[in-house]
Amino acid sequence: MRIIVCMKEVPGRDTRYEVSDDGRWIKDNDLSFEISECDEYALEEALKLQEKHGGEVVLLTLGTERAEKLMRKGLAMGAGKGILIQDPGQQVSSPLAVASALAEVLKKESFDLVLAGTQSDDFGYAQTGVMLAELLNLPHATIVMEIKADPAGRKLQALREMESGWFQRVEMSLPAVLTIQAGISQIRFTPLKGILMAKKKEIRRVELSSLGLSLDQIPRVEVQRVYFPEATRKAEILQGDAETVAASLVDKLRKEARIL
Amino acid sequence: MPDKIYVVLDHNQGRIRNASLEALAMGQQMAAQTGKEPHAVVLGGNTSALAQQVAEFQMSSVIAVQHEMLAEYDPDYATAALMAVLKSGQPQIVLFAHTYQNIDLLPKLSAALRKALVTECVGFREDDAGRLVFIRPMFRNKLNADVTVQSDFPWLISVQAGAFSADSLIKGTAPVINESVDLTSVQSKRKTVETVQAAKGKVDLTRADVIVGVGRGIRKPENLQILRELADALRGEIGASRPVVDNEWLERERQIGSSGQTVNPKLYIACGISGAIQHLVGMKNSGCIVAINTDANAPIFNVATYGIVGDLTEIVPALTKKIREANG
Repeated sequence: MRIIVCMKEVPGRDTRYEVSDDGRWIKDNDLSFEISECDEYALEEALKLQEKHGGEVVLLTLGTERAEKLMRKGLAMGAGKGILIQDPGQQVSSPLAVASALAEVLKKESFDLVLAGTQSDDFGYAQTGVMLAELLNLPHATIVMEIKADPAGRKLQALREMESGWFQRVEMSLPAVLTIQAGISQIRFTPLKGILMAKKKEIRRVELSSLGLSLDQIPRVEVQRVYFPEATRKAEILQGDAETVAASLVDKLRKEARIL
Repeated sequence: MPDKIYVVLDHNQGRIRNASLEALAMGQQMAAQTGKEPHAVVLGGNTSALAQQVAEFQMSSVIAVQHEMLAEYDPDYATAALMAVLKSGQPQIVLFAHTYQNIDLLPKLSAALRKALVTECVGFREDDAGRLVFIRPMFRNKLNADVTVQSDFPWLISVQAGAFSADSLIKGTAPVINESVDLTSVQSKRKTVETVQAAKGKVDLTRADVIVGVGRGIRKPENLQILRELADALRGEIGASRPVVDNEWLERERQIGSSGQTVNPKLYIACGISGAIQHLVGMKNSGCIVAINTDANAPIFNVATYGIVGDLTEIVPALTKKIREANG
């Protein structure tokens, strides 16, 4: 199977965010970046499918040159090659624009399956993968927690998650697009041998301008400002060492909350 | 034609989903503020009872779209039906609940229409220029963003559960209008094999008065023991956020959140839980919420009554001890 994995880099999970002085974005010059969590699970799932069915896993990323480092990590985990759509000016962030760029590249590639993350850890729109399916006129499913592929039969079954513990098994023909939910499996350890081999694997660069997109014509969502949300309840933060806060809390639960 | 807001309502087992009623509340508020007309839209195999459930709310109309191919959710049929409804009605704004089904459907509809989609909207306002600004969470629910839409109408918006309240719906009488759609040329790209519910275990967290919620912050399953002791001292139950269940440290039936159970105990103690939206929607209506987390900026503190910034491996045993002393 030839599986495309769409991955993006996002600020790390433990990031202490600060809002920029003009309030329009976060201060992002000193952050450490990770692969967006759902995307990493998508990659792991692709590698499992490769182990089972043979073939190749190809990474597809839209980003700045900084993304190369995380693509090498994906290659170290076992992907065969990568394609980086270069957006040095970070012009493209709205989902339909991103999906349009990804679609232009994939129209020229052959593949059996595209895996993307259900939702990213930065913007969190949860749109790009499904839009990509529509632009490529392919079947799709989202919030996928299990994949059973039948490459010879040109079809697959995917288990999609619904609310409150319900799941639905759906079947579709290949090629298809699936968006993967975090927790679908356990992410593998990256072997040292993998890191060494990753240096030799190809990352092909594609210039955004070569894709022929009129970015200002594409309907988009624009972030005007970011800020820390106001708390819905004003939490009373208890201070002191473990013994002190424990005593404090028990006291408040009895006298104020009247629970104990 | 006056400007319109459509609110497309999801339903499950014959009832309009509460999250859709919340989206309807947002629609009424937006209509009051902007002067646009609110209309509800219901798609289904048999819509008359569903339409009646919302005809008691103040709206310009309830548009009932009945078709046998809309009885079960299918992205291709739903997209085609909605494109026809939006083409005939020409609304400016289309609201939906942010359900798992709409995560599957709305981006497809958005790309097919070639219009923009704002997901997980938690609020809206008009700016000084009279432009509609939508508020949505970002960065793992740590920050909010004000966003605007650069697109012709219709604008598609999905509304985060719990952001608006169905209790704020204004009653009235809305005429029900039946609209038919021609779906003969639609080809579905996927078929449903089966729909299953995860096995129901013995644990019903919805009945618990006290729940100790366990999150990724416990770091390793060995630390579960101190949390079980806290739950015991409080005569409560253990619940879990998603990552703990995905790691198989606790059973899936203990998962609290949009994929699991929704609870509202008198006391919820969130230990090592960051406060991702999918978890919050499952517990934020709890009577009293205590949050214990090493990260002072964790979003869980935005919904907590009491907060402790610290290491749960120290705090929790100290708390258990004090509770046992208090109980005598």
